[in-house]
Amino acid sequence: MTLRIEIEDLAKHFGAIKAVDGVSFSVKKGEVLGFLGPNGAGKSTTMKMITGFLTPTRGTVRVCGHDVLTDPIAVKASLGYLPEGAPAYADMTPYSFLRFIADIRGLSGNEKKRAVDFAAERAQIKNVMFQPIETLSKGYKRRVGLAQAILHNPPVLILDEPTDGLDPNQKHEVRNLINEMADDKAIIISTHILEEVHALCTRNVVIANGKVQFNGTPHELEAMSRYHNAVCVSVESAEQDKFSAFLKSLDFVSDIELLSAERGVRVYPNQGQQITAELSQAIRANGWSIDSLYAEHGRLDEVFRTITINSAQGGK
Amino acid sequence: MNMSNIWFIMKREFNGYFATPVAYVFIIIFLLLTGFSTFFVGNFFERGEADLYPFFSLHPWLYVLLIPAISMRLWSEERKSGSIELLMTLPISVFEAVLGKFLAAWAFTGLALILNFPLWITVNYLGSPDNGVIFAGFLGSFLMAGGFLAIGSCVSALTKNQVIAFVLSLIVSLIFVLSGYGIVLDFFSSWAPSALVEAISNFSFYTRFDAISKGVIDMRDMLYFASVIMVWLFANAIVINARKAD
Repeated sequence: MTLRIEIEDLAKHFGAIKAVDGVSFSVKKGEVLGFLGPNGAGKSTTMKMITGFLTPTRGTVRVCGHDVLTDPIAVKASLGYLPEGAPAYADMTPYSFLRFIADIRGLSGNEKKRAVDFAAERAQIKNVMFQPIETLSKGYKRRVGLAQAILHNPPVLILDEPTDGLDPNQKHEVRNLINEMADDKAIIISTHILEEVHALCTRNVVIANGKVQFNGTPHELEAMSRYHNAVCVSVESAEQDKFSAFLKSLDFVSDIELLSAERGVRVYPNQGQQITAELSQAIRANGWSIDSLYAEHGRLDEVFRTITINSAQGGK
Repeated sequence: MNMSNIWFIMKREFNGYFATPVAYVFIIIFLLLTGFSTFFVGNFFERGEADLYPFFSLHPWLYVLLIPAISMRLWSEERKSGSIELLMTLPISVFEAVLGKFLAAWAFTGLALILNFPLWITVNYLGSPDNGVIFAGFLGSFLMAGGFLAIGSCVSALTKNQVIAFVLSLIVSLIFVLSGYGIVLDFFSSWAPSALVEAISNFSFYTRFDAISKGVIDMRDMLYFASVIMVWLFANAIVINARKAD
């Protein structure tokens, strides 16, 4: 187990505003940590502290064993960072921009040429290498920023909203790129696109009001949903009242919800257990014929709202 | 301090001047103004002397006006576009970045200054000037430009707005020039102790530059400009550290 990023009790206060207030988590090699939270929750501020751009009010950050306060240069050398909005030097071309980054990263000669080639290839910007960055579309600018971050093949990647503003195809490409690199790196990506939780992340940290509200796998995150393992079932030409009464009488069912004539009934299990098999058996045994039956995994948007809104009310 | 980092920053910044027409426009305006001031204000021909004193004497004023135009973008642009976040998360120190950018601006100004060489050829063709004095003049002018640039660089780190950076640099630069002029010193000498008046005069770019451009290369004048540059660049690094994320 190699911890690449260790964060303990990290805080950043801007005057009276506690943008980040006691955040702790760590990221291992091979992990892609999805950093979720509403806008203004402190995601970017946390990332800025990890990369040494902002000085924490308190707490420690270690990247590959280097403390960001005592050895910021070593920290910065071991990570690649895509800042929010992917800023770059607008009047440069991607080619000269990447060569500049390679220079600063200590690459020269053939090594530099290979690194620039490799990064441009992976980020798919080869066809715009000699156009000024300011003339590029948002998607290309984002990918120039990504190329810059992965250029020196860093052990740690910090990507602030890497797919923001990309079209679905571009999102797909960027996710593939991140997945390909995931095995030998520790990666933190911030996002508020919940589908990326499954597409990308091995673990999630949800942050709201400057505090960590959740830290676990995407599956655990889904399990927090009240829809987790709920089963939607509809049966042929049933008398709805009778069917509902029957469902309520089952001992593994905690509650039911009528959806509509076509979609049938949503059945909530006791203590989040899996009930699909038992339920279908019980229904058939009682002579109903099932039209459709499917289990829900849980809804991330609902979990996200619950976690972040509850914390907002708790904070008041 | 890592010299190669400073070099890479400088190279990028220097090339940046030529990525837009700004560099060419600046050089043309600079050459027009030096030419104009030499021949019309400085009366180069009428004086009938084989030196470049008319050329150099107005440099402090030219620089007050023109140097802020070079220095204004150094950091305010970086802060406005957000690229400062990229730059400051690369494995370099703040001071390396400050120095690299400053040196790029200084080298650019040096280039503009050297492009005045036809005047030197002219004066050598017309008479036999003391080329040592002329060399001293160029050296003094270059050092003074460094002083103004260091001021401008520090001021541009204070704001994201290039226009504000320009105006503020111009005002601060003006103070550093004016403090050597008799009219300003007279104002102080009527009531302030003479030590203070001397101190104010000693702080003037004008007094120092005037001495060097007359061919008196005094170590103290050189050290003065060197320390002005270092103090402002040091302040520049402090400002960046404090305000980079605003």
